[in-house]
Amino acid sequence: MTDLNVEATVNSDSGLTRSSTKQDPMWGKIEESENFAKNVKHFRQKKLADDDFRRYRLQHGAYGSRLQPNYSMVRIKVPGGLIYPDQLEKIASLSEAFSIGSAHISTRQNIQLHWVQLEDVSEVIRGLAEVGLTTREACGNTVRNVMCSHLAGVCPNEKFDSTPYAKAIARFFLRNPMCQNLPRKFKINCACCEDHGLARIADIGLIPSIIDGRRGFRVYLGGGLGAASFVGHLLEDFTPESRLLATCMATIRLFDRHGNRENMARNRMRYLVQELGWEKFQKLVLKERSIVEMTTSTKTAGLFDIGAEQEESLSPRALDIKTVKLPIIEEQVLPDGAPYQRWLHGNVIAQKQPGYFTTFITLAAGDITANQLRILAGAIRNLSEEASARNTPHQNLAIRYVTAANLPQLYSKLASIGLANPGALTISSAVGCSGTTSCNLAITNSHRLAKEIEYRFLELGLDTDDSLRDTTIKISGCPNSCGQHEIATIGFFGGASRVGATMAPTYTMLFGGDSGEFSVLAKPIMRVPAKRVIDTIRRIIELYKEERSFGGSLKEWIDKIVRGEGIGKVKDIEGMKKLLSAITQLPPADQEPEMYRDYGNDIKFSAKTARGECAA
Amino acid sequence: MKSDSTSPIPSKENSAESSDDSQVTQLPIVCNVMLLSDLIKKNSVRVVDVRREEEYNQEHIRSAVSLPLAKLLEHDSPTDTREILENLGVGDGYPVVVYDDTFGALAARVAWSFQYIGHSNTALLETTFGQWKKMGLETESIPTSFSRKQHSVNINHEIYADASYVQAAQNSPDKIIIDSRERLNYLTEHIPGAKNMPYTMVGGNGSIIRNSEDIERYIENRGISHDTEIIAYCGSVGTLSGLTYYALKQAGVKNVRLYSKSFKEWKSLGKPKEEINDANYWDLSAE
Ligand code: SF4
Repeated sequence: MTDLNVEATVNSDSGLTRSSTKQDPMWGKIEESENFAKNVKHFRQKKLADDDFRRYRLQHGAYGSRLQPNYSMVRIKVPGGLIYPDQLEKIASLSEAFSIGSAHISTRQNIQLHWVQLEDVSEVIRGLAEVGLTTREACGNTVRNVMCSHLAGVCPNEKFDSTPYAKAIARFFLRNPMCQNLPRKFKINCACCEDHGLARIADIGLIPSIIDGRRGFRVYLGGGLGAASFVGHLLEDFTPESRLLATCMATIRLFDRHGNRENMARNRMRYLVQELGWEKFQKLVLKERSIVEMTTSTKTAGLFDIGAEQEESLSPRALDIKTVKLPIIEEQVLPDGAPYQRWLHGNVIAQKQPGYFTTFITLAAGDITANQLRILAGAIRNLSEEASARNTPHQNLAIRYVTAANLPQLYSKLASIGLANPGALTISSAVGCSGTTSCNLAITNSHRLAKEIEYRFLELGLDTDDSLRDTTIKISGCPNSCGQHEIATIGFFGGASRVGATMAPTYTMLFGGDSGEFSVLAKPIMRVPAKRVIDTIRRIIELYKEERSFGGSLKEWIDKIVRGEGIGKVKDIEGMKKLLSAITQLPPADQEPEMYRDYGNDIKFSAKTARGECAA
Repeated sequence: MKSDSTSPIPSKENSAESSDDSQVTQLPIVCNVMLLSDLIKKNSVRVVDVRREEEYNQEHIRSAVSLPLAKLLEHDSPTDTREILENLGVGDGYPVVVYDDTFGALAARVAWSFQYIGHSNTALLETTFGQWKKMGLETESIPTSFSRKQHSVNINHEIYADASYVQAAQNSPDKIIIDSRERLNYLTEHIPGAKNMPYTMVGGNGSIIRNSEDIERYIENRGISHDTEIIAYCGSVGTLSGLTYYALKQAGVKNVRLYSKSFKEWKSLGKPKEEINDANYWDLSAE
């Protein structure tokens, strides 16, 4: 089984000296860089057909940039979101040399480098391999980055740390011949507990569970967001860890065999589940699993080595809890209070390990400069006792295992590089996909809108209002949901509205989405002009605040309205629509020309798109 | 490591240098610190510091003379450059090593100007002043000057491009125009047909220019042969592209020219530009 290349081998002269993380897999391969360079040349010389090259390119994580096929977005896989300081430093250098000097953290825990010239992609792959990272199978019809809750290992509610499982899965399927040409992309997400993580919006979602002292998972299948979204179905009450690999293999094999290879719009596994019906699909998976278990050699099964992924006593010892009380996290803060207190309140949570804290770095729409990455890497090395960080699906970075004593130092380090914005865990930390900044399918500049929301809400101090804290805002630049708008309390996806002969950028607003084991998909409410989104959210907050008899949070209020259980002025979605109709009205172009321009453009809006590649 | 400067003399006139022309060292394109230290010891090199005068006065590499980039750019004509060389005490063929503290771009522009008027024995120091100091190599704070020398002008047309040359090169298959600015600036607007190779791609990693092996691979990846003529430009005065000039030379590209007046002039002449307008790439920057 030498083809089953799960042993990540790396060229010995590539200078691999990450001693602190010896136990971590080296995902990258230098020879893939050389092959990529060769194939780009063949493509330019027309020795390689467009479609063949395109498939190859996507298989290696290079996605075409918006209307500019000579440029790529290079997607760096970060399995489990787990990233090390030397990797961040390397990404900093690569972004300066070959990209735009900033990197972007995606909603699936990847790190993306934008606008890389196609001819330089191989150099990025080379640099990444030197620090153990890969772009392999980050795009294309493959098993994409395996996600893991950024709180896995530190979450007070978790049954056990799921990180080693996420990494073992990633390692088993990377370059595995069985998933090199699936009908469509395939996503696996690992949660830490029922509240955190995105287990129900993935093809395979895993939530750790323990029964009778045995480790296992609740496995959800067939979820996913997109033009048509579904939440995953529970396969069985309990899947013991010994059957985890067989369950994943069985699901992928079924999808590979029965998935739709013709209709690109309906070929994610969730459509197969829908077509067959859940009961039938469930039966097929269980049957296929028995076959897998009977036919898989012990050698193959042995490659799925969770032990190999176990951290070697990485977890620092617990501290004396009395010395490390940090009451401010729980207390009310004011917008004009000390910035440090405000940051603590909105960016820091206590871990299950007494005395340790997880801090969240607020990144506007996931963007971070090369210089910030470098300084941050140093801070992680010195101030996190696990000396690593996790990318979060909220496009932020989590630095874990920080002691109370080190928090002030971390804060001032962050402040010195402009990374100490508060509000990472609050309403102000809006998520925005890349939108028209780089995506072929984008209609609106969702990326900039997310940044505008964050700046404005921080300015208004909304991050300090605890009744708004659990509300999430997520924005996609088109219906495809990379911004995960369907699991947001208030979500938006971009579109265009025509008024006479003029087009205006608008968003469809959705309400009431939620993630975790009890995921709910948000309901579309109404269209909002792009330049009115901020005012509309503020109007919604006002309406909520006017409802004095309601004691819950904004999120709870919105959820009630979606269910038609609103008390007071706003009873249901229709009532909400009526109250928002004035503010969301598109005014005539001659009165407010601004409404007909998107963020970041001083020219008239036009909806231009090209062939999408997340579908390829 | 400052050398003792207890002497109250504000400036020292140095005339004790070897003037035996047969002994003159032929410098490589980029001079390493070992070679420079050695030449300084032997008093047989002119070290040129192109930082601002205040910085030079505070501390500089031992025996270095001051030539702020702004002074060279003031007139930026061959006769003025000759005048400058003469005042710095540089005669024809005498080894000159140039350095800055701005990742080599300012030094590169000055070094190129010397080469342009025919002073081919000019090299870039492989590192910056900051690095030199960090390595504990010799510095001093007394300004140095040398007695005036005669220098000739022998223009090296092969390394220079003006706007009309660039325009003609646009349609020439064996010539490539390279824009040395950062990617976002390039995407915003550039000379039609120019390819982007940001200065950040040739520099970095400790020394001002990456090792030739890397740069050769970048060129090779881009399908550029070593016989292709490359014309480099950047935003305003040819500093970033000056660094590209040296990096390409170092990597063995035979014909490299600098469009020293760069995009600033191109735009002021009202020449056509290429823009990428269909994407809001600036909004990806976290700056
Ligand atoms: S949601 Fe649409 S615009 Fe945003 S990244 Fe995905 S495909 Fe592009």
